[in-house]
Amino acid sequence: MTARIQLPAQSRRGEVIEVRILIQHDMETGFRFDDVGKPIPRNVINALSCHYNGVEVFRADMSSGIAANPYLQFYTVAEASGDFVFTWVDDEGRQDTERQRLNVVG
Amino acid sequence: MKRRRFVAGVAGAAATLALPGVVRAQVPLAPASTLDPLIWVVTRGELIRRGRVTLEMPQLADNGNSVAMRVLVDSPMTAAEYVRAIHLFSDRNPQRNMAVFYLGPRAGRAEIVSRVRLAGSQRVTALAEMSDGTFWSGFNDVIVTLSACIDSLD
Amino acid sequence: MWSAERRLRPLRSWLVPAACCALLQVTGIAGVASQERAIALEKLQSGRVFQSEEVRALQADDFANPGMLWVEKGEKLWNETAGADKRSCATCHADASVSMKGAATRYPQMDGASGRLLNLEGRMQQCRVERQKAPPFRYGADELLSVSAYVSHQSRGQPVKVDIEGGAKKHFDAGRAFYYERRGQMNLSCAHCHEANQGRTLFAEKISQGHSVAYPIYRLEWQSAGSLQRRMRSCLSGVRAELLPYGAQQYLDLELFLAWRAQGLPFEAPGVRR
Repeated sequence: MTARIQLPAQSRRGEVIEVRILIQHDMETGFRFDDVGKPIPRNVINALSCHYNGVEVFRADMSSGIAANPYLQFYTVAEASGDFVFTWVDDEGRQDTERQRLNVVG
Repeated sequence: MKRRRFVAGVAGAAATLALPGVVRAQVPLAPASTLDPLIWVVTRGELIRRGRVTLEMPQLADNGNSVAMRVLVDSPMTAAEYVRAIHLFSDRNPQRNMAVFYLGPRAGRAEIVSRVRLAGSQRVTALAEMSDGTFWSGFNDVIVTLSACIDSLD
Repeated sequence: MWSAERRLRPLRSWLVPAACCALLQVTGIAGVASQERAIALEKLQSGRVFQSEEVRALQADDFANPGMLWVEKGEKLWNETAGADKRSCATCHADASVSMKGAATRYPQMDGASGRLLNLEGRMQQCRVERQKAPPFRYGADELLSVSAYVSHQSRGQPVKVDIEGGAKKHFDAGRAFYYERRGQMNLSCAHCHEANQGRTLFAEKISQGHSVAYPIYRLEWQSAGSLQRRMRSCLSGVRAELLPYGAQQYLDLELFLAWRAQGLPFEAPGVRR
């Protein structure tokens, strides 16, 4: 799945930083019908987690109430330079991951 | 439209808005309360306090399929006192549990921004679960003309 | 209180006088020289202006704009090889930010070799089949939309300028005629909304001037990005007219007319609309 992460270009140790992620996914609600009237099965990203240098700093359980092409913005405290690793899974069991490095000074 | 002009006139910059009675009466009421079974699963009957939770959403959603949502909880976010989780509930969507966001002391700030689906004009409730076991809630009323899930369009 | 009748009343109250005005204006317009502009160049406004603050903010946010997911996917596809010779778009066109800058603003255009009018997607299909020797993308397929979004995005900020002379003239005239022709169960032409009633409110939305400079757009209603032709089909559906299939000549001609109509407006792909 196409996904993009945004972290600050540079951050200071102890600074609260903004983390953003946008994932391309239909988040099919399960309440829609196709053009011959057959129900389209639900398939949403139901779980997402973010690990920063191996430690979970954010987790989300999601349902059809989150819009298609889910966007999430949250905050975390910058500690050491390292990778932000996002993993997520949808109802069909498709799992994906995306990572980005954060540079921390000080 | 009369309703929209009324809402625009009254609202100002307020994050939360009590809808005029005539609109609220049309919405099948399923407000988040201690008695609500979905809320009970989380709180187990614990008192839900009002305050500390701000839920910002537009007064009038362009399209129920994608409505901006910002939830902010007033908390120092230290190891001693932090927000454990924020639960989002809809009082009208066919699936009332919208999301749960798990935070912790490493968050630094208890704020989440996302985009949600709303199936019709309704009240959205945010329930914050604190590290000390207390529960706090806030809500936002949104008018939705093009509903997600139930209006089939295109 | 919220009976269907009450909801219809506001529609009916503006529709009758508006329709009368529209009728007068439209017949007036149809009677003048074909290159006279119903909306003067200095009065052109992008559809963005008619959207809410929230939608405008989403479009302006280069990270959160969901249309950018298609642009990113398009960039991946740009560099992906295809066909027997394993050529990618990059093989011939190298860096799109250089080679494709301003390209989308010149479409639709006449293809010298075939004598056909091609829109951007048509040109890509031609490249795929004739130069990459690969099977064409299905019209409306996500791959085609993604590369179209990527290429269109390279023209962001560039003014639209299409050529309507020579071989293009008959397509321009056909597109213009289509624009001003009434159609559908509601018997409305494009001009009834987008010229006679632009800026006015229809239900909860403001009617735009109907320009094509933001395409492909991410439409909240579609929960996805989509092409200009998809939007045209939505309009046809709105007036209860027959939906022509994707790639129909009428759409291509109309695309040319719309591009001429928006002359000078800067490209803003990927746009976000409700």
